[in-house]
Amino acid sequence: MAETAITKPLATEIPVESLAVRMRRRARLVLALRLAVLVVLIAGWEFGVRFGWIDPFFFGQPSGIVLKLIDWFQNGTSIGPLWKQIWVTIYEAGAGFLIGAVFGVLCGIALGRNRLLSDVFSIYIKVANSIPRVVLGSIFIVALGLGAASKIALAVVMVFFVVFANAFQGVREADKNLIANARILGASPWQLTTSVVIPSALSWILASLHVSFGFALVGAIVGEFLGAREGMGLLIATAQGSFDSNGVFAAMIVIAVVALLAEWLLTTLENRLLTWRPETNAGE
Amino acid sequence: MTSPSAIELSHVARRFVTPSGDVLSALEDFDLAIAPGEFCAIVGPTGCGKSTTLGLIAGLAKPQAGRVTLFDAPVDGVDRRVGFVFQQDAVFPWRDVLHNVMAGPLFRGVGKAEAEAQARDWIARVGLKGFEHHHPHQLSGGMRKRVALAQTFINNPQVLLMDEPFSALDVQTRELMQEELLQLWAQAKSAVLFVTHDLDEAILLADRVAVLTTRPARVKSVHSIDLPRPRDVATLRYDERFIAIARKINDDLREEVLRARAGH
Ligand SMILES: Nc1ncnc2c1ncn2[C@@H]1O[C@H](COP(=O)(O)OP(=O)(O)OP(=O)(O)O)[C@@H](O)[C@H]1O
Ligand SMILES: [Mg+2]
Repeated sequence: MAETAITKPLATEIPVESLAVRMRRRARLVLALRLAVLVVLIAGWEFGVRFGWIDPFFFGQPSGIVLKLIDWFQNGTSIGPLWKQIWVTIYEAGAGFLIGAVFGVLCGIALGRNRLLSDVFSIYIKVANSIPRVVLGSIFIVALGLGAASKIALAVVMVFFVVFANAFQGVREADKNLIANARILGASPWQLTTSVVIPSALSWILASLHVSFGFALVGAIVGEFLGAREGMGLLIATAQGSFDSNGVFAAMIVIAVVALLAEWLLTTLENRLLTWRPETNAGE
Repeated sequence: MTSPSAIELSHVARRFVTPSGDVLSALEDFDLAIAPGEFCAIVGPTGCGKSTTLGLIAGLAKPQAGRVTLFDAPVDGVDRRVGFVFQQDAVFPWRDVLHNVMAGPLFRGVGKAEAEAQARDWIARVGLKGFEHHHPHQLSGGMRKRVALAQTFINNPQVLLMDEPFSALDVQTRELMQEELLQLWAQAKSAVLFVTHDLDEAILLADRVAVLTTRPARVKSVHSIDLPRPRDVATLRYDERFIAIARKINDDLREEVLRARAGH
């Protein structure tokens, strides 16, 4: 190894182009390998079923899942058209996400900026955060009924604490120097909040939004699971009830696509809002 | 003693409680007065309490004993007449250069158009024309320092506190910035308290140089610098009078730095 490194003084003269070419080749290799992994997994699953090693009754079958999806799109599901179910779940998760995020951000900033409030409430927040909040779903169903309200409430609870904790932390971590500078430059407490504290907490808040849309989906689906008239959660529950594992997997794929789309939207929003940030080495 | 001092510290003490519960005394019985329009430099061993002193004057912290006054009025919170160039980078990373410089006037209620006009003027004066829409991470360290200078000067402070503003710069850039600072100061006529590690810099710029002791900091000695103005930053350091002054202060300072080393 050492030898090759030493006997390569020409390395510095390699033109930039060839570096770029090499990087592109690597990117293509990674993509190809990823596809290969996917193909091997799915083919293994499919053939495992065909050769009788895997029981499709419990674990489904890729071709069966695809057929199921096509069937749902063309003929609708057992509980109504597929689009309707997707829309209901997106609506519940989205509404819960918005409400939870807005309240989380507001409370996080208010408490983060106020010593006394934060000292008083921080203990309760910790307690509330350690309770498995999904359990509240049952209460919401009882209190708010089978409609969308109970699912939205569960999604709100799921989202609120994550966003709140991050906003609070982001406010607390705001650079003391920047705050001192703004005060000297003449900022009032309110101006300090809007033009220093919130911008510096923004990357924390946006990071929490990424995670919490997933939580909102979980909240909506679990809520539908527990009792609903429509939605992807009910679709899964129905498939489960009729021992249709392909249906469960098909619903899972639909939900995954929704989650990925939301993730993409949030990333776009984040890049818009954080243009001032130096380019980080984007993970992929 | 008829005209009031711009800055006055008398018998000031500032103590911290360390995480282990001990009391750490940064300043003890600290006395210093700076006249309006005077340029005073502070030198002292690292960690002796220079930044702490500036923080007290700016109203960012309160002394445990003694009095800090600005124009004979006790300091109570942040004062509008004070400008502060921090030791660390303190420009807002999410604002471009223009909006960083506009921050002060906008905070103070100046109209948007007026603030922008002032900001553009200051950006040109510190030599950043063309960089109005760059964000801090796209600038070099020296350029960010100039943003900080413009941000501070635009508020027209009567009292200017500067904490090692040029220590991160190369020698040439530093000379340029020192010259700019002297020009800006000559126009603004503010009282300046300038902290530096660099004795040459202190002598080049200041009317008086105060040497601090090791912690707890006290003013060990104050030296008047009788070099004529305007001063030529690039050549003055080779002047015989400069060298004589530097030697005298250096002996003073070295004693303290050695004491600091021995003591810790
Ligand atoms: N918030 C704080 N809590 C506890 N100790 C502090 C605090 N701020 C400063 N100190 C202590 O006070 C002393 C003086 O600090 P200060 O920052 O004023 O030094 P300085 O003279 O500016 O040093 P330098 O030249 O390295 O910038 C140091 O020993 C430091 O550890
Ligand atoms: Mg310091």
